[in-house]
Amino acid sequence: MTAALRIIEPGLMTTVQDLGRPRFQSLGVPVSGALDTTALRAANIVVGNGQGTAAIEMMMLGPSIEVAADSVLVALAGAGAALDVSSSDGRRTIPTLRSVRLTRGDRVRCVGLDQAGVAYLAVGGGFDLAPVLGSRSTYVRAGLGGVDGRAIRVGDVLPLNELDAAKGVEGTGRGLDLARPSVLRVLAGEDGIDFSAEAVATFLGGRFVVSASADRMGLRLDGLRFDRAGAGEGLSEAIAPGAIQVPPDGQPILLRADRQTVGGYPRIAHVISADIPAAGRLRPGDAIRFAAVGLAEAVAARASLEQAIAQFGVRIDNRKGTPEIDDAALMAENLVSGVSMGDES
Amino acid sequence: MQPLPVDNSPLPVGGAGLRELLFRPAGDTALDIFLGDRMDRALSDAVLAMAMRIQAAQMPGVVEAVPAFASLTVHYDPLVVSYEVLATRVRSLGHMPAASTPPRRWRVPVCYEGTGAPDLDHVAASVGLSRAEVITRHEAQSYHVYMLGFLPGFPYMGDLPTELRLPRRGSPRVAVPAGSVAIANAMTAVYPLNSPGGWHIIGVTPVQLFDPSRRSPSLFAPGDVVCFEAVTAFELGRLEYYAERGQWSLQPEPMDRSRIP
Repeated sequence: MTAALRIIEPGLMTTVQDLGRPRFQSLGVPVSGALDTTALRAANIVVGNGQGTAAIEMMMLGPSIEVAADSVLVALAGAGAALDVSSSDGRRTIPTLRSVRLTRGDRVRCVGLDQAGVAYLAVGGGFDLAPVLGSRSTYVRAGLGGVDGRAIRVGDVLPLNELDAAKGVEGTGRGLDLARPSVLRVLAGEDGIDFSAEAVATFLGGRFVVSASADRMGLRLDGLRFDRAGAGEGLSEAIAPGAIQVPPDGQPILLRADRQTVGGYPRIAHVISADIPAAGRLRPGDAIRFAAVGLAEAVAARASLEQAIAQFGVRIDNRKGTPEIDDAALMAENLVSGVSMGDES
Repeated sequence: MQPLPVDNSPLPVGGAGLRELLFRPAGDTALDIFLGDRMDRALSDAVLAMAMRIQAAQMPGVVEAVPAFASLTVHYDPLVVSYEVLATRVRSLGHMPAASTPPRRWRVPVCYEGTGAPDLDHVAASVGLSRAEVITRHEAQSYHVYMLGFLPGFPYMGDLPTELRLPRRGSPRVAVPAGSVAIANAMTAVYPLNSPGGWHIIGVTPVQLFDPSRRSPSLFAPGDVVCFEAVTAFELGRLEYYAERGQWSLQPEPMDRSRIP
C-alpha cells in the first residue's frame, strides 16, 4: 500500500517548498524556498523532521487534503492558522504548531490564513518527491522542483516517504512568534550607496503599504516614490536576499524567495536575514516601515533567531484527548524571539 | 551608522576598465565587490577569475560567488564567517586574471527565418540595414558570455556590433518561446525557457540551454565564447527532431561532426 496526500482543493498559491537551492545562482537559478523559513522549520520540528524538509506552502486560501495513507503525522505552522480535521469520529480543530496523527480517509482543511500571511503544512518523514538541483522547492517560472515544477492542483497525489506514522508522536510547539511584522530591520546607508543620504533617510522615515502586486518574487510598496537621479543605473549586479530595489517608476520592490539572481535596478536597502522570514508573511494591504540597524546588530539578530529556533520546544501530548491548546495564550507567551515584530526597535 | 572597519584602500590594479576594488555589504549575507562600473571584456575576465578563485578556495561560510558584468557577489553565512574576515580573505586572493586554459567555444545554429524571427524586419529597418546584413553582422561576431541571469541559464553575451544596437522593445512580449535568439543594446542572448521578454527576437535555435537533469544544467558558463551560424528552416527542423530524441546536442568546438546524425 502506498502512502500519499491527495489534494481535494488546491487553495490559491500552494507549492512545495524547502530551504531552496542557494548554490546555483551563478547559473541564473533563483534560490526559491520557503517565504517564511522560520515557520517551515518550526512545522518540521513539530512533526520530528529535519528543519529543511520540504513542506506545503500556502497563502491566502489553504488547500483541502485527504489522507491516503494508514497514518501520517502533520502540523501546520502560521500565526492563527489551524487544521480543520474531519474524520469518521467527528470534526476537530488543531491549532498552529501542533502535530496531529491522521488516518486513512481523514480530510483536513488548512484555514485561518488571513492572520498568518503564509503557512506550512509539514508531514512526518516528508514527501517522496525528487529533488531538482538539490532542492524540492517549486520555482514555477522555470518549472523546477515540487510537483512537476508547478503549483499544486486539484487531484494531485503527493507521495509520502513513510508508509505510516508509527514513529510519530503528537506534540505542541511553543515559543516562536510567527506574527506578521509592522517593522522590518534593514541595512541601509552602509549598503544603500546607490542613493543619497537624503533618499535613504526618507525611506527610513516612510510608511509603506504592500500593494496588490505581491507574490513569491517580490512585494511592491506603495507610499513613497524615490527619485533615482544619481543612482547607479543599468549595469546588472547579483541580487542579495532581502534587497529592496527601486525600478524606474520609483516605487520600491522588496524582493523575496523567487527573486532573480541578477538585476539592474538600484537598491536602497536590504532587509536583514533575521527579518526575511517575517517579510515572507507580508500580504497586500499590510502597513510596513523600515528601521536601520548596523551590520553587527544584524548578525546578532540572526544569531538570536537561530537560538530561538534551536530552543523551540515541542511538548509531547501523551494523553489521548488532550484539551485543545489556547493558541492566543501560546502566542502571548512569546518566550524567545529574535524577530522584531512590533514597534520596539 | 558606524563605518565598517574594513580596509577599502586602493589595490594596485591594471588593465582596461579596472579600478580599485570596492567592497560593500549587500545585507548581512552577501558581500559585493565592484571591480569597475562598465561593461568591458578585461574587466569581465578579472571578475570571472576572482569568482573562480573564491570558489576554488572553498572558504568556510561561503555559499557561492556570483559574477556579474563588473562586480561579484559572495553569498555567505554570517554565523560562520564575518563580513570583515571574508572581505579580508577575498581581498588576499587577488583578482588579476591568471594564465588559464582557453575558453570553451560554441557554434550555435540559428534559423533567422520565418516565425522564429518576428523582429528581424523591425531591427533591420530601425538600424538601416537589410535583413541579410543584420544576419551577417550578428553571425560575424564572437561573443563573450559575461554572466547568466534573468532566467536559469540565460546568457548575457556581448558585445553586439555597434550598428545592430537598439534599446529593448517598448513593451515586452508576454511570451517568448524557448530557443529564441534575441538582441538588445550591446547584448545578444538565447531564451532558455518560455518566458516574458523585452528583447528583439531575430532567430531561433534548437539548442537546449538549460536542463536541470544534466550534470552541468547550464550549457554555457560565464567566460565561454559563442558564435552563431545561420541554418535553413529545414536544418532547424532536422536538428530539433534529433535534439528532442536526445540524439543531438551541441558540443563545444572543435565540433565533433560525427555526432550529428
